[in-house]
Amino acid sequence: MTGATATAVATAPVPGPAIRLDGIDKTYVVRTRAGRLRRHRREVRAVEGVSFVVSPGEMVGYLGPNGAGKSTTIKMITGILTPSAGEIEVLGLQPTGDRRALTRRIGVVFGQRSQLWWDLPLADSFELLHHLYRTDAARHRHNLDAFVDRLDLGQLLPVPVRQLSLGQRMRGELTAALLHDPDLVVLDEPTIGLDVVSKYAVREFLAETNRERGTTVLLTTHDLDDVEQLCRRMLIIDRGRVLLDGSVEGFKEEHGTDRTLVVDLERPAPALDLARGAVVRTDGPRQWVRFDREVSAAEVIAEVTALAPVRDLTIEEPDIEDLIHHVYASLGGEQRRDGRSGDDRRAGPAGEAG
Amino acid sequence: MAELPVASTKAPPAPPPPAAGDAALGPLLDELVALWRLYRRLVGAQIRSEWQYRTSFAFFLLAQALITALELAAIVILLDVVPDLGGWSPAQVALLYGLATVPFALTDLIVSPVEELAVHVQGGTFDRLLLRPVSALIQLCALEFELRRAGKLIPNVATLVVGLVATDVELDVRSLGLLAIGLASGSAIYAALWILSASISFWAVSALQATHAFTYGGQFANQYPLHLYPGWIRAILGWLIPLAFVAYVPAIELIGAPNPLGLPGWLVLLSPLAGVGALAVALTVWTTGIRHYQSTGS
Repeated sequence: MTGATATAVATAPVPGPAIRLDGIDKTYVVRTRAGRLRRHRREVRAVEGVSFVVSPGEMVGYLGPNGAGKSTTIKMITGILTPSAGEIEVLGLQPTGDRRALTRRIGVVFGQRSQLWWDLPLADSFELLHHLYRTDAARHRHNLDAFVDRLDLGQLLPVPVRQLSLGQRMRGELTAALLHDPDLVVLDEPTIGLDVVSKYAVREFLAETNRERGTTVLLTTHDLDDVEQLCRRMLIIDRGRVLLDGSVEGFKEEHGTDRTLVVDLERPAPALDLARGAVVRTDGPRQWVRFDREVSAAEVIAEVTALAPVRDLTIEEPDIEDLIHHVYASLGGEQRRDGRSGDDRRAGPAGEAG
Repeated sequence: MAELPVASTKAPPAPPPPAAGDAALGPLLDELVALWRLYRRLVGAQIRSEWQYRTSFAFFLLAQALITALELAAIVILLDVVPDLGGWSPAQVALLYGLATVPFALTDLIVSPVEELAVHVQGGTFDRLLLRPVSALIQLCALEFELRRAGKLIPNVATLVVGLVATDVELDVRSLGLLAIGLASGSAIYAALWILSASISFWAVSALQATHAFTYGGQFANQYPLHLYPGWIRAILGWLIPLAFVAYVPAIELIGAPNPLGLPGWLVLLSPLAGVGALAVALTVWTTGIRHYQSTGS
């Protein structure tokens, strides 16, 4: 399993994996000040024994709470970081060793860091990227027209990026990342901070790109909705380890992604007896109704209001932290360990799901 | 099985535009031309951005020109008070000043933008540069270009010209060659200093100020004739940061100024070597820095 064999068979047209991670570790050294001159040196394992394979054309959601190791994994896949241990291969290349060659074949979107030219019209950014990547002029024209059309960017092209809304800018970021026709797009929290309409536009666009161009898509998110709408496969990472790797359907069946309707009744009442959901908790006039994601919230609300006078309603999306606890529980009652320092997390079956 | 490369389902990435030059140097030349065009475009974009804040731009340019003029005035006053600078006339010192400061101002404009590396590493935006198929060094120089830094260059070039005219240098092949060697080697050494001082940020982001002792400090020390300094400063300027090669030695050869240290003339020929060597060291440190960044992620 070395790079040498890869070059030897480079002419073979057999498609290999788009991404292959095999036992990837990433350890950071953190120095904290202790006294005037002394410093404590502490090793932090950001990612531990992560293995997974993504096939060309797949769309995979990489899910986890903040600080779970999502971004670190992304950085290793894109060649920004070298793994401390393990093997990694992206589009047949070694990300850090073949970094320049890889950059032409991947597109990367960081939800919180723009790659556009802040003070210049949006169109200028696309023009500059065309020259940075030295893409063929006709192909650039063709791609740009297609993206402008699909993402409705026409009106925004002459507007300086700093004047765009977050949602508008994210559409610009997507275009910027895809203009050079990458085989793989990696998105780090692409929907963070976006309103519902913009989230929808981003998801639509990614789904279409995947369908029509066969682009492999890996996206990290802590929004379960992104994954449900877009991906057939999901990976859950927690505290540096892959907790679960499987189909989104299967996950929903096993762990449920029920939503919760929080109802404030006019006056305290016994738990309502509902057909489309179940009351899981009551507290005075407030009741928590769990209902399946497939069921329309409107129907549940209609049922509730028919039974008792309602003062207020809110709908809660399932929380990734709760789901992770649920996954741990289903893995044979193993507890989520709390230490971040590493060694105490060595044993245990949780990381081997990939 | 797993190591097979992925066959792209689409057309392969576009190849660079077909070679226009001759066969021998063709590819390399094309590459350089393409890089130059890209650089011009990125710098153009930067100037357009800067132009949106033109009042600030104008004031900065004015301030830079003013500071340089004052610096020059200080030297003129000094020369007036101490007429004997180791036997050098004011005109000769002016020429030395020009030789020392023009390469500095030039690289301050073109190469010193790499120092913004500190900001990019701290803000996490350096990652983006690594995700593009162009050297991060070139990207930084272009993306952080500020035309207003050119403010220094104008009075410095003027001083050099005045120095040349006032010392009655005959502009033949030899003197033009000496001038070219001095300016080119000086630019190479200052460029190396900027890159080195910027590279520090890969290891310690907050150490940038300390490195200015070498860049700004070096150019300041180099404005005065070398023989005025005590031995240990001469040693630093001659060997550690070989700036003595780029102004003092060529100046002596150029204008036949007194040479109290008795430095041999062939030292001039070492200038390009010093320049190339300094650049090689700087680029090695830079590359090592990127590798360090990739293993730590700062």
